[in-house]
Amino acid sequence: MSTANRETPPPAAGRAGMKKELPEHFKDYRHVWVFIELERGQVHPVSFELLGEGRKLADKLGVELAGVVLGPPGEATWHAVAEAFAYGADLAYIIEDPLLAHYRNEPFTRAMTDLLNTYKPEILLLGATILGRDLAGSTATTLLTGLTADCTELDVDADGSLAATRPTFGGSLLCTIYTINYRPQMATVRPRVMAMPQRVDKPVGRVIQHKLAMAEEEVVTKILGFLPDSQSAKANLAYANVVVAGGLGLGAVENLQLVRNLASAIGAEYGCSRPLVQKGWMPADRQIGQTGKTIRPKLYIAAGISGAIQHRVGVEGADLIVAINTDPNAPIFDFVHLGIVTDAIRFLPALTEAFTRRLSPHNRDKLAS
Amino acid sequence: MHIVICIKQVPDSAQIRVHPVTNTIMRQGVPTIINPYDLFALEEALRLRDAHGGEVTVLTMGPPMAEDALRKALTYGADRAVLLTDRYFAGSDTLATSFALSQAITKVGETFGTPDIVFTGKQTIDGDTAQVGPGIAKRLDLLQLTYVAKIASIDLDVREITVERRSEGGMQMLKSRLPCLITMLEGTNEIRRGSLDDALRAARSQIVKWSAADAGIEDLAKCGLRGSPTVVKRVFAPTARAEKAAQIDTTDKTLRDLADELIAAILTRQPALEHELPFDGAA
Ligand SMILES: Cc1cc2nc3c(=O)[nH]c(=O)nc-3n(C[C@H](O)[C@H](O)[C@H](O)COP(=O)(O)OP(=O)(O)OC[C@H]3O[C@@H](n4cnc5c(N)ncnc54)[C@H](O)[C@@H]3O)c2cc1C
Repeated sequence: MSTANRETPPPAAGRAGMKKELPEHFKDYRHVWVFIELERGQVHPVSFELLGEGRKLADKLGVELAGVVLGPPGEATWHAVAEAFAYGADLAYIIEDPLLAHYRNEPFTRAMTDLLNTYKPEILLLGATILGRDLAGSTATTLLTGLTADCTELDVDADGSLAATRPTFGGSLLCTIYTINYRPQMATVRPRVMAMPQRVDKPVGRVIQHKLAMAEEEVVTKILGFLPDSQSAKANLAYANVVVAGGLGLGAVENLQLVRNLASAIGAEYGCSRPLVQKGWMPADRQIGQTGKTIRPKLYIAAGISGAIQHRVGVEGADLIVAINTDPNAPIFDFVHLGIVTDAIRFLPALTEAFTRRLSPHNRDKLAS
Repeated sequence: MHIVICIKQVPDSAQIRVHPVTNTIMRQGVPTIINPYDLFALEEALRLRDAHGGEVTVLTMGPPMAEDALRKALTYGADRAVLLTDRYFAGSDTLATSFALSQAITKVGETFGTPDIVFTGKQTIDGDTAQVGPGIAKRLDLLQLTYVAKIASIDLDVREITVERRSEGGMQMLKSRLPCLITMLEGTNEIRRGSLDDALRAARSQIVKWSAADAGIEDLAKCGLRGSPTVVKRVFAPTARAEKAAQIDTTDKTLRDLADELIAAILTRQPALEHELPFDGAA
């Protein structure tokens, strides 16, 4: 992805980079790898989403799909390996080492680059999470290979190269990027952009164990502590099945209660557009969109949201999008499935009430408690 | 203490329009700004300088007009600005960008004093990759501390730094060593207004302008398109959804009826939601 300004025409010599004759020493790079992100004993679900996508790429290329598990010695690490098989990996590369108990850039970059240099995959996919981005950037630079961030679509070309499509300019445009002449081809994908694959019942796969060539003394950065986000207050928007969100059209911070009320009536998560975070009306982890969360719920209800491109890219994966907006020409009506042109401030309470009427008494009690 | 901060001039992406026929970005009239994420890093750099003494050098790679962004950074209180500009940099991807910037940082170090900390923003709003910071760190063999929410302490004598860093599910407290590269998280502070003195100084300041050669970059093959392993093959607009949204007709209906109608329409389209939403089935 170009980060420089492209207004000046590139020097003619630069076009030589487009030539697609893979240097000899890259020709034996084969297979698709997915980094299985493991932190505090938990596999990040984005790893499974990537295994689903990696499976398709591997099948098209006629190669194997591998998961890469870096973790401390013990059960959690092996559980991650089993999970990788359950979501489609043919084999797993695993490095067990106490240095990999908690994420630090130095040992993880070393582990990853060692594996890549030793086993030479064609493609490496990572989640565009905090950890994934930290690791991907330093790994790609160490190997001096290409890395395409935040892809929304992955495919392989007729000639076998990875075609990585990502939004650019805040989502106004998409671009397809190739890594020419270098291996591995690396890409990151945000959580919830790819669909979750089916879990296999009796997973099997080969395990290849590797050692970390590093000692604690070589790692400069030390972890002094970890402060978990308090579980209760934390929004799990990305993985919610139903999401209700409010935008600037709600007019005042008090009216956000209407969104929260609807959400709690139907057991949904709630979120918002960016201006509400900027105004301090909602915390940043509730923001949906390009610079917030990507969501993929079965139902998304947007109230008083205009549907700017930066918001759109975060919600497009929803199965059913419903918009409530007073302006029939609001851009949101260009991409939602169901629209209703009405005042959200008046309509949200009616909708909450109508939903509540349909709830079974049992569920009503459960949600109220 | 010498702090170098890398910033980028970006088009204000909220105001970008795409040409309906050619699918290219229409830049005319689109204002440029300092990448908003970089301002958090800049403010942090200024605070550290104010607390510990020293200088803040702001550095950007870009076209000549990127000078505006640097001058703006000077009005906030940066001490010196360096513009790395050369047609050889055009078309740089993140790897080539990190190469050019790291070379320029080395030159800045030789010219104005070795940096103790290199700052970047978390990511840019046009490229959005969050890769240039880690790339620079690797190129310069600096320790990398990304997504830093807070610099808890710096001890210049023993050259130690402790930071709070955002990670999945919580905050990591890390102790590391100087020099290091920090990418700053958003929302960590608020950029200062800048004093009148700074504004006057910024207006008068000479911005240091370096070409690739000035910055001591010998290997031009590592710059621009040639130095970029990734190549943009195709740029296109997202496809519009074929069918328009089905509109619920609101004429002559009570809110209550409208709400029931909307719920019915939702369930017709997504019957599976019956199980997702805690209904008892009967309306
Ligand atoms: C770099 C960058 C990143 C960004 N990232 C994001 C992001 O991640 N997420 C995001 O959401 N935005 C993002 N934005 C901002 C985005 O461009 C829009 O500005 C934002 O989404 C608009 O929010 P909104 O729809 O709530 O407000 P507005 O655009 O002000 O729209 C309000 C809407 O409410 C309607 N309305 C008014 N009154 C009522 C009423 N009583 N009932 C019903 N409807 C009513 C209006 O018709 C209007 O359509 C980003 C912008 C930039 C530059």
